[in-house]
Amino acid sequence: MATAQTIEFHDPASRVAAGAKSLMPEIVPASAPSTGGDDGELHGEKMILNMGPSHPSTHGVLRIILELDGEIITKATPDVGYLHRGDEKIAENMTYTQFIPYTDRLDYLAPLANNVAYALAVEKLMGIDQQLPPRCQYIRVICCEMARVSAHLLGLGAFAMDIGALTVFLHTFTEREKIYSLIERLTGARFTTSYTRIGGLSRDLPPGWADALRKFCDEVEVNFAESETLLTRNRIFVDRTRNVGIISRADAIDYGLTGPNLRGSGVDYDVRKAHPYLVYGELDFEVPVGSVGDSYDRYLVRMGEMRQSVRLIRQCLDQLPGGDDNDAMEPINVPDGKVVLPAKDKVMTSMEELIHQFMLVTQGVNAPPGEIYFGAENPKGELGFYINSRGGGTPYRLKIRAPSFCNLSILPHVLPGHMMSDAVSILGSIDFVMGECDR
Amino acid sequence: MAAAELANQLQAKFSDVLSGPAEFRGEVTLKLADPERIAEVCEFAKKSLSYDMLLDITSIDNYGEDPRWTLVYELYGTGHGCHLRLKTEVSEEKSELPTVTGVWRGADWHEREIYDMMGVRFRGHPDLRRILMWDGYPYFPLRKDFPLAGKPTDLPDVAFTKSAPQEGGPFVTVAGGKDSMAREPRVRVPEN
Repeated sequence: MATAQTIEFHDPASRVAAGAKSLMPEIVPASAPSTGGDDGELHGEKMILNMGPSHPSTHGVLRIILELDGEIITKATPDVGYLHRGDEKIAENMTYTQFIPYTDRLDYLAPLANNVAYALAVEKLMGIDQQLPPRCQYIRVICCEMARVSAHLLGLGAFAMDIGALTVFLHTFTEREKIYSLIERLTGARFTTSYTRIGGLSRDLPPGWADALRKFCDEVEVNFAESETLLTRNRIFVDRTRNVGIISRADAIDYGLTGPNLRGSGVDYDVRKAHPYLVYGELDFEVPVGSVGDSYDRYLVRMGEMRQSVRLIRQCLDQLPGGDDNDAMEPINVPDGKVVLPAKDKVMTSMEELIHQFMLVTQGVNAPPGEIYFGAENPKGELGFYINSRGGGTPYRLKIRAPSFCNLSILPHVLPGHMMSDAVSILGSIDFVMGECDR
Repeated sequence: MAAAELANQLQAKFSDVLSGPAEFRGEVTLKLADPERIAEVCEFAKKSLSYDMLLDITSIDNYGEDPRWTLVYELYGTGHGCHLRLKTEVSEEKSELPTVTGVWRGADWHEREIYDMMGVRFRGHPDLRRILMWDGYPYFPLRKDFPLAGKPTDLPDVAFTKSAPQEGGPFVTVAGGKDSMAREPRVRVPEN
């Protein structure tokens, strides 16, 4: 028998020749599990398993403390807060406009949708949400739906990858890259967009952008079909998701689930339909709804939603007031100098605009005292902002109703009874973002 | 059925403690005088008025005023599609009110968050622990008397010991604090 010193571990052949097995620590046979209980079944000792905080399938920093009986989960205790940054505290200490970049970092897979939701909430408080110019509303809808496609593509790719179908991830990320390029041309940033302003948008569509988006819509639909071929009738995928993680209709409502997770359970609630904001009321789209409420249904709902989003984008591009390049000079901002920053050339030449610019930058918009709640249908669910104002440019209290936070709160209810490996499938299908959950 | 009509029904049932519906920007708010009855009111709203979903619970710190805490419940009915906001106030000495986890199980994490951030306790909550901050953290960070920059502490393992780099910076806007002229960096006296 060779000694440890003579073995070259970098050469597998010599390792085998040396009989590497003999170098391994002797395996002590585990003591047989105690056979407790009178039901004739074997009951092992319960094992506590820490899943996360940086497990690949937790998509961020979620820790779940699992209590296992063999491979069956008997208890699940999620531990959130690893990404807590105190966004609500920060919001109380700055003007409404200054908080826009922080909304990028809530659901960081759909920053554009967060920007729009936040801007609409402040506009509702100001009472100017009905005055938004049509072009602004259409562009905002385009932004929301692009964000939805982008977020669902990631959710879908990561979900499939978690349960073993790596190819889908590569497919969906090809398209996400194109979305990021479009977002970069539109906003100047790929990720942290900060595109909206209170009362409008930071800029209009760049020349040729609308055509690029049309081209993308055609391409992404091909990609949907490809991803669907890889998954929808894939035996392994179906076995891993169907009848796994069933959330009943009543439970989904009781736990305050929203978005695709709620609709997967058969509840036909979509804020865009139930309480239309922007121009959603005038656009033609359907809301996919599941029937069983399992992981597979949630996957199907997301798949359907992406197709509807592309349909919405196409309608918006066709109906866009002012046309692609805004030759008609349609406004994109509320015509109120006390809300929206004036044009830079006017600031330099006109007294009134200079005053407005100064007041807006130093004091912020002057919101009336009052309180509002505004919920928008974001990719993960209903992103709500509750703003309590005592007047002035700073919120007294800003509460973010994060859909991922509510969606995750059902985990202790839905995980027990499943196999350990199903936890990955359920987490993937619930599709959460910790940046939003922890705020 | 309109949101105002449902609010009126709820108000009629609990007319002794609920003040009449207030409307702002199309949203209906009812104010509950006695926080001890919040679970009872919510129970009725859910069972009889089909407010089956609890969207959110918010806590507000009215620092310097009495009562100090305001709790805001956002209710929603998936059947009728109406929102309702319930507000109730809790004094600082008490800092406690009944839980509504028995009405909506989704209230569990919202109440834990309020306990974590504001220090208001919910009587009867099955598992009232901190949720966003870690166990053993000594402060309630969303209170108005907790500074944005954090607090120095002699507990190095459980809390921050260094103040945040932005503390006292020119861009920290405080409600009711110095106006932006005073915070503007060019008018500040440079430290020597």
